[in-house]
Amino acid sequence: MTVRELSPELRSTGGPLIELDAVSRTFATPAGRITAVDRVSLAFAAGEAMCLVGESGCGKTTTGRLLAGLLRPTGGRLRFEGQDVWEKRGKDLAAFRRAVQLVHQDPYASLNPVRTVYDTLSAPLFRHRKARGREDATTQIVELLRRVGLTPPADFLPKYPHQLSGGQRQRVSIARALSVDPRVIVADEAVSMVDVSIRITLLDLLLALRDELGVTIVLITHDLAVARYFARRGRIGVMYLGRVVELAPAEPLVSDPAHPYAAALVGAIPEADPTVTRSKERVPLRSAEVPSLLEVPAGCSFHPRCPRFEPGLCDVRVPALLPISDDREVACHVAVRERTKRV
Amino acid sequence: MSLLSVRDLSIAYRSGRGPVQAVRGVSFDVEPGETVAIIGESGSGKTTLAVGLIRLSGRNAEVTRGTIVFARSDGPRDVLEMDAEELRRFRWGDAAMVFQSALNSFNPVIDVWSQFLDTARAHGLNDPKAVLKRSSELLELVHLDPERVLRAYPHELSGGMKQRVLIALSLLLGPRLLILDEPTTALDILTQRAIIDLLRDLRQKLGFAMLFISHDLSLAAELADRVLTMYAGRVVEEARVEDLFYRPRHPYSVGLLKAVPRVSGELGRLASIAGTPPDLVQLPSGCAYHPRCPFAIDRCQQEDPALVAVDTPGHTAACIRWQAVAEAVGTRRPAEALQ
Amino acid sequence: MSALARGRRWVIPAPLASVAGLIGVIARRPVGLLGLIGVGSFVGLAFIGPLFVPLHNTVDIANVYRTPSFANPLGTDFQGRDVLNQIVYGGRDILSVAFLAAFFSTAVAVTFGSLAATVGGKVDTIVLAVADIVLTVPQLVVLIVVAAIFRPEGFFILALLLASLQWAGLLRQIRAQILSLKEREYIEAARSLDLGLFHIIFREMLPNMASYVAIHFIFAMTGAVYAQVGLIVLGLVPLSGANWGVMLYLAQSQGALYFSDSFWYILSPILAISLFQLSLVALATGLEDVFNPRLRAGS
Repeated sequence: MTVRELSPELRSTGGPLIELDAVSRTFATPAGRITAVDRVSLAFAAGEAMCLVGESGCGKTTTGRLLAGLLRPTGGRLRFEGQDVWEKRGKDLAAFRRAVQLVHQDPYASLNPVRTVYDTLSAPLFRHRKARGREDATTQIVELLRRVGLTPPADFLPKYPHQLSGGQRQRVSIARALSVDPRVIVADEAVSMVDVSIRITLLDLLLALRDELGVTIVLITHDLAVARYFARRGRIGVMYLGRVVELAPAEPLVSDPAHPYAAALVGAIPEADPTVTRSKERVPLRSAEVPSLLEVPAGCSFHPRCPRFEPGLCDVRVPALLPISDDREVACHVAVRERTKRV
Repeated sequence: MSLLSVRDLSIAYRSGRGPVQAVRGVSFDVEPGETVAIIGESGSGKTTLAVGLIRLSGRNAEVTRGTIVFARSDGPRDVLEMDAEELRRFRWGDAAMVFQSALNSFNPVIDVWSQFLDTARAHGLNDPKAVLKRSSELLELVHLDPERVLRAYPHELSGGMKQRVLIALSLLLGPRLLILDEPTTALDILTQRAIIDLLRDLRQKLGFAMLFISHDLSLAAELADRVLTMYAGRVVEEARVEDLFYRPRHPYSVGLLKAVPRVSGELGRLASIAGTPPDLVQLPSGCAYHPRCPFAIDRCQQEDPALVAVDTPGHTAACIRWQAVAEAVGTRRPAEALQ
Repeated sequence: MSALARGRRWVIPAPLASVAGLIGVIARRPVGLLGLIGVGSFVGLAFIGPLFVPLHNTVDIANVYRTPSFANPLGTDFQGRDVLNQIVYGGRDILSVAFLAAFFSTAVAVTFGSLAATVGGKVDTIVLAVADIVLTVPQLVVLIVVAAIFRPEGFFILALLLASLQWAGLLRQIRAQILSLKEREYIEAARSLDLGLFHIIFREMLPNMASYVAIHFIFAMTGAVYAQVGLIVLGLVPLSGANWGVMLYLAQSQGALYFSDSFWYILSPILAISLFQLSLVALATGLEDVFNPRLRAGS
């Protein structure tokens, strides 16, 4: 594996490594058209750790799949290294697909049950001619396994997925993603189905890959606490009904959320501390009903539930994602107005 | 006397690789109106325990030892000795269970009202009018619109709504004990919050005792009066909720607390528990946790420790080194992360 | 033995690589064991038997339709020839044709079924249309008509004829399986890693369907056995010589049905065919466990 130069600054020279430019994705369902992702613009620098958080139906998984090139946008552009991905053909498109790898949520479904760890990891090495013969492949696979913390590596080579624990399977999935030297890894709820006591090591592993190899990691999760831990030196994007409603570094987001929905999430999440959690201040929402994607509310899609709702404004105009400080953006008329006034 | 009294319960089941000791000598009590949380991860045996309490284990599971005594209105009775008729009255009438994955608990081809009626009939309530009245009351208690929900089919309801319906269904015959298995797993944050608040509300209104089984420590922090942590089929620590979170005495409990990231307050130094979940077919010698334990000494490989009382009342831990653990943990104030 | 030590690119699951291991897994279940014994016996009887026992072809009118005795354990036929001897020789052709027919139809079904499912689009539509046409055709009638017109002489041709009508059902099933496998996450990962269509079909998907294919192969054999015997008994296949089907045909045409003494001459081929079919089915049941790594590799 090659170590690429790490560019730790969010807005370093040369533009983003991968970028969603007003990307939309609609689906036709028997009940009608739904817009799973609605004009989302997100830019990721090389070597960045970013987290997309939201509840079910917010579009975060679809966004992840759009990033990995597994879904085609129905609107907007996906750019990789400045070039429109879907204009590429043949070898270039294949090269992009390899450059952005997806690690799935379900450790029980992400590995082929009839293939050993060796089989699974050697296939991409042989296919892309990175290994010549069994011995060479074994050496490289041993290195991959070591890097993802599966030691002693030789023990794991002949094992079948059902002989591994959930955490071990996820590591094999990560090793598989690494075998093609990706530039971006999208981890779609990659720790959600793993034991709580092991999540931290997997998250640390992903962050270590970022530090050592300069791989951009995009973690998708519904757990705000996991997001906070993972993105502590990165950013969190909160999504609601297909739109990004807040984009901020982890600490400002959890200590002082700007968007009412983000504030509701922060207040609602139960914590592993009885005194704290039983006395947490909740953000009361006007309605508990989550709108269906078939009937997204007009204007700001959160307005029917929002405690800061202003009639005539929030139900009419869709709020744009606007900066309220150097590194924070919010899509909320009220929040933008209040916070930019303060400055 | 206690509402539920489990003593030395052991459950094993047959697997392709040999007998699995899923539950090994578990003992605990649940007092009337109390909320007890059993926290454990994969391989802890918690689900086998939950299912075994109302004798819903699969055919290849066997209770090898122990008693489950429930204080019924006509006197205490060992659930394991109940015949089919008694069991039928016990289930749902005395103790009701809300299973994990609300999504899968419903029969997809019949509507919600039929589920209520069928359940009622199965447990002796035959008057549809009475059942309808009760069902509507319960659905309103769980903040659902009976008109709409009773007519609906399961696939028309969201995950959160289904969970509420299940809770309402479980309360149909006014049980005194509610057993919930992973009630908030796979639910979104706001939906989780709603269910937690709902359970708290219902508990206050109806006064039932709750036993919930989960891997989610924060759920215990929200609702529990007492917490038990389970590892490899055994209870390794039992304490009042504040004692478990601020004064843990078993290395596994400490490990769990350190592995959970938080949103409020300091992040602290988090760490995963080293190693892999225990293999219930081939358990390590002595204390099952020793391969992963930072406090382990040689003796830990030889002895499987029993629960011993530690330095706070009503608090036991199955660890010979609990004093060392106490020293390492120190005195924590609330909202301080474990260092 | 670890996969590594064998150094092959397409790594066969370890226990499968040794025949002893494979037999061990099948034999774990009583039904599998019975199937193994049955099929093994018949294969031995049909292919190895003739090496040791010469064919008794001499006509001996004096001994027509003898009841079973020590000299003739299954009695004699309408020309005084020993029935048991004919049973020993009679399996070879039937088994060979059945195996070949099953092989051809399975190969076609797997190749085109997976192609249609993975490539989709026009290819899929065409393949499906052809398969559907073949499926709606009344198989027995077509078989009879084609056999009557073309009079297949060699057993190779007969096998092809039988296979030509059998592949369509299996193709549809393979296609359906692959369509569902396509959605699995590890297949998506394989596509993301750009592993190539060939690899994805033959090394990722098909091994997941191996037991499925093997079991269908066996049932294709049972189907081919029935079809063959049916054609032969109807006199549509000019095969001669010792052959269970021919025995039935001759029994019927030589009036064995009218004599009580010839009971064994009719019963023996029927028993042989039925027992062989039963053994195949038992073996198929026993195969269920073989390809499931969870049940095989243990821990």
